[in-house]
Amino acid sequence: MAETILHVKNLHTTFFSHHKKIEAIRGVDLDVYDGDFLAVVGESGSGKSVTMKSVMGLLPKNAECTADELVFDGKDLLKMSEKERRQMCGGQIAMIFQDPMTSLDPLQTIGFHLREVLKRHRGLRGKEADAEAIRVLAQVGIPSPEQRLNEYPHEFSGGMRQRVLIAMALSCQPKLLIADEPTTALDVTIQAQILELLHRLRDELGMSVVLITHDLGVVANLCNRVAVMYGGLIMEQGEVDDIYYRPQHPYTRALLGAVPNPKGHREGRLVAIPGSAPSLANPPAGCPFSPRCDFAHEACSQAMPEFIAYGGERRARCTLTGAELDAKEAAANAEAGKTSTEVKELA
Amino acid sequence: MTTPNNSQKQTVTAGNTPHDDIILEARDLCKHFPLRSFFGRSKHVVKAVDGIDLRIRRGETFGLVGESGCGKSTLGRTLIRMYEPTSGSVFFDGQDITNVTGRKLVDIHRRMQIVFQDPYLSLDPHLNVREIVSEPMRVGNKLSAAEIDDKVAEILDRVSLHRDDMYKFAYEFSGGQRQRIGIARALSVNPEFILCDEPISALDVSIQAQVVNMLEDLQEEFGLTYLFVAHDLSMVRHISTRIGVMYLGRLVEVAPADELYENPLHPYSRALLSAVPIPDPHLASMRKRIPLEGELPSPLNVPEGCRFCTRCPQVKDSCKKDSPQLKEVYPGHFLACGSCA
Repeated sequence: MAETILHVKNLHTTFFSHHKKIEAIRGVDLDVYDGDFLAVVGESGSGKSVTMKSVMGLLPKNAECTADELVFDGKDLLKMSEKERRQMCGGQIAMIFQDPMTSLDPLQTIGFHLREVLKRHRGLRGKEADAEAIRVLAQVGIPSPEQRLNEYPHEFSGGMRQRVLIAMALSCQPKLLIADEPTTALDVTIQAQILELLHRLRDELGMSVVLITHDLGVVANLCNRVAVMYGGLIMEQGEVDDIYYRPQHPYTRALLGAVPNPKGHREGRLVAIPGSAPSLANPPAGCPFSPRCDFAHEACSQAMPEFIAYGGERRARCTLTGAELDAKEAAANAEAGKTSTEVKELA
Repeated sequence: MTTPNNSQKQTVTAGNTPHDDIILEARDLCKHFPLRSFFGRSKHVVKAVDGIDLRIRRGETFGLVGESGCGKSTLGRTLIRMYEPTSGSVFFDGQDITNVTGRKLVDIHRRMQIVFQDPYLSLDPHLNVREIVSEPMRVGNKLSAAEIDDKVAEILDRVSLHRDDMYKFAYEFSGGQRQRIGIARALSVNPEFILCDEPISALDVSIQAQVVNMLEDLQEEFGLTYLFVAHDLSMVRHISTRIGVMYLGRLVEVAPADELYENPLHPYSRALLSAVPIPDPHLASMRKRIPLEGELPSPLNVPEGCRFCTRCPQVKDSCKKDSPQLKEVYPGHFLACGSCA
């Protein structure tokens, strides 16, 4: 197995606001390996962004973050001083955000943005910094980078701005790049370009990428590992093929059922997940998905289910194993089939 | 308004056999937005919709796809007369509604409604659900409080909300519930036609499926016709009967949903569809993506001839001169391309 670059154990993040306590992350264990392309998938409010912001130390003042272990590249992030941690995050761990429109300062040129990063993290100035800025802009596929260095963000399209942000992140030669929904604000054609760029850069530069997304379709052919989050917890994680073809957790199955079948059209209705995500201000004691789960039984709402391991690092947080779920589903289908034939016979 | 090329016009309309029940038709419809300088002089014109011929049949769902800025929302809004067309004409149920105003326009809007994209911005935070939902039916109608209560309760029930939700405000609801309030508002006047302007793009995946299923149920129950504008192409395929692909203010291809996805003919449709994410690792890695070179040209300065000619991989010299018209290449499959037809 490849070397572990980021090791997170039992991460908890809580926000305090208006006398309320919002438990956004409730015990996340996550490992990122060297050269990994990990996708963290979840709906809004599942805690996928907060997990990564906690690692980066980018939380607002009203947040409290604790972890048993938080190790990046052999260095303990918890024992670092504020200054050391800031130097590391942004340098060796870089992050790009969802909205390329608001992540750049509209009053400064693209060159200013890049030079600022290069000065701070690599101590480059003047011509050296300009040369390096041009090199990274070319690397992310921006045509005629020399001229574009002096342009302002409003002169760039959405896809190009996202490329600039990626260039800023890459200029520090990070070992780990965290991309927080980098393509949500973009059109599908541009989305495909940006994702391919991330994939190519990972191969060329030998870095690891964590891609945060809500769209299972986006990551299918890019990532090698997937972690599915819900209600501040990891529900299932494993290799990409296992997650897509042999999902063990009811939530993963429901998510895959809720998107249209890529092969055909109108092969019946979409399988919607009833209800909506739980409030984390007062999280349920048991499995957060149990109120919406077809397979939920009494024990689910009382205690948090433990992970069941399925070999390797494959695991799912459910009281039932995938095989048990299959059996239950088959039984339910048989029941439904029986009643429908009974109805027919009666008619 | 007559089109310069009458024979082409014939081929376009020929796709719809006479017994087809057309609810909405656009003929050479244009919507231009002049950009004015400081002194009010018109400087540039954004041709958001430029010469669209379109027929929507009663009871179908017509999907409209394209990149942002291609004019799909503008087309939808011009069709339901939210915007005034610059030229061309719109027929609703056989009646020319291009220049209808005043009381008659109110009557038309009773029959054509809209569901907006963002359920956070499109619901007035100062109004409660009862006021939001009953607003369209109160326009020009005097209804008693009891009548409004009954009607609103009935509609809320249809969209799986509770009667007691009537006195709540929009902020008390989640995104999916808000979108249902938006749908309830549109339904309140028993419309025949609803423009769904990206109704699911602001929602989570699990909630999207709820809303799409609900739209399908309502369509079956009330015999509604939808114009479904969206950029999520896989969902459009799921919900639509026919789909139109737009590029820079023009329709480049119109075909039945499955036909378009399995056999896209226009180079732009091919590139667009090849970029759709597939939630299946093997299928996704087997597919070859057709890259689109360059950026979408500015709508202020559209290329001459075929608008796609600056990015088209199959471009010919003639494409830069002649603007292709929609022609029926297979039964029901229309294409506007000079190089592949």
